[in-house]
Amino acid sequence: MTQTTRRVALKVLGATLGASAFAHAMEPLRAWSKDLSLDQFLQRHYKELTSEELAEGIRRLERETREEYGREVTIRDIRPQEGVQFGYALSLSVCIGCRKCAEACHVENNHDRRTNNSYIRVLEMDQGSFDMEKGDATYEHAVPAKGKYYMPVQCQQCDNAPCVKVCPVQATWKEPDGIVAVDYNWCIGCRYCEAACPYHARRFNWTKPEVPAGEINPDQGYLSNRIRPQGVVEKCTFCLHRTREGRMPACLEACPTGARVFGNLLDPKSEIRWVLENKRIFVLKEELGTRPRFFYFFDV
Amino acid sequence: MHASLHLPGAAVILGLLCVAHAAGCQDRDQPPGLRPALDATPIASASVHRPDKLSGVSTDRRDSLGRPIRAACVTCHSLRRPDALPTSTAELDEFHVGLRFEHGGLSCASCHVIGEQDTLRKADGTLVPMRDAMQLCAQCHGPQLRDYANGAHGGMNGSYAGGARVRNHCVDCHDPHVPAFQPSMPVLPPRDRFVAAPGTGEGAHR
Repeated sequence: MTQTTRRVALKVLGATLGASAFAHAMEPLRAWSKDLSLDQFLQRHYKELTSEELAEGIRRLERETREEYGREVTIRDIRPQEGVQFGYALSLSVCIGCRKCAEACHVENNHDRRTNNSYIRVLEMDQGSFDMEKGDATYEHAVPAKGKYYMPVQCQQCDNAPCVKVCPVQATWKEPDGIVAVDYNWCIGCRYCEAACPYHARRFNWTKPEVPAGEINPDQGYLSNRIRPQGVVEKCTFCLHRTREGRMPACLEACPTGARVFGNLLDPKSEIRWVLENKRIFVLKEELGTRPRFFYFFDV
Repeated sequence: MHASLHLPGAAVILGLLCVAHAAGCQDRDQPPGLRPALDATPIASASVHRPDKLSGVSTDRRDSLGRPIRAACVTCHSLRRPDALPTSTAELDEFHVGLRFEHGGLSCASCHVIGEQDTLRKADGTLVPMRDAMQLCAQCHGPQLRDYANGAHGGMNGSYAGGARVRNHCVDCHDPHVPAFQPSMPVLPPRDRFVAAPGTGEGAHR
């Protein structure tokens, strides 16, 4: 009799523990509905979306931006062009470290205002030294300072990209025109890519980005500057919503020294090709074999 | 008999499934299409910006709409009989007093022409209108001219392909009297978690 009672008690205890454990495990599902709709949760990978599904997803994102940020925006999915491979070059001889490029990126790509986020980090380096890891990104004095040079670092759009290789869910990939893109709806926020990137080019959205309605750039790309959700990784896309339509990236137009050169590597008459063929160029951390699309050069 | 009855039925169901599948994944499982490339580099449609400072000076006045009023060179210079050009800024006593000049060992007459404030003179004596000042700069700054001509110096706005672009003029970025970039404060200080004080930046544990 006593044995049976103990068995029943253990069963009840076990069932209670099991039920509460199950409830606890399901807890995220209750919080989930607040910032993630069911449609969004069930949305497939960008590359697997049919054009109708993509159009539906875009309408939903535009609606959500209107509701959450109070701004009418246009989100477009702009495909790469045939026969175009993007390349970017920057002259270290003329960059003065004013960070206007980082600011233009901040505005163009709807970055979180509180953190001054930007895809570009300008490193102040000692003349004669070449160790990127010793660069200082936080300088606060008049530039250019004596004995220093300035090296803006952003995504190098590597052809052999470590960030793409480490992604466990293939939420990041290389587009046909060379841009390494991120599907913000597929990213699980594990930050492996951020750790893998030798150029510190990826950013993680720790919080929901805060952008005042009046400051939101309404010209948005699905794979580029639409407002990112919390908990996903983002990165420079060479402003693909601009560049895939022939326009210059925002950072280039903002540069007051003309240090930046952008163009199609396959166009033999392009400026980028002239720079690659006529200047002394180098790529960052060449020894890692990442094969960047971003080149630094000197005026000689 | 039994099998022959069921086989067509299975085929029909299979066929319907395939049709449904094809309708649902018409552009999946194959690389998405590319857009046709834009026209080649728009060298022909590139224009050079015309800076205001080549046709006058700024005043400290503003018009009724709050826009700064600029004065054409001739506004003041027509009132006076042209004098010999000074050799250095120290000799300026009426026009442009206090002008800062740090551009090698040049004197005013190296570029400017007496009595013709809208004209410049190249080293070989050729007169060039003020708006074509780039020709004057190019005499000494050959490497910069070469890089500019190839789009690797000077910067631009607009399109790299398939549209118009506006190139900067030399004096958009360089003050011809003090051509070196002057020190200025950088903008947008980074505030991410790697640089902010502990507990305040992006990603700080709260």
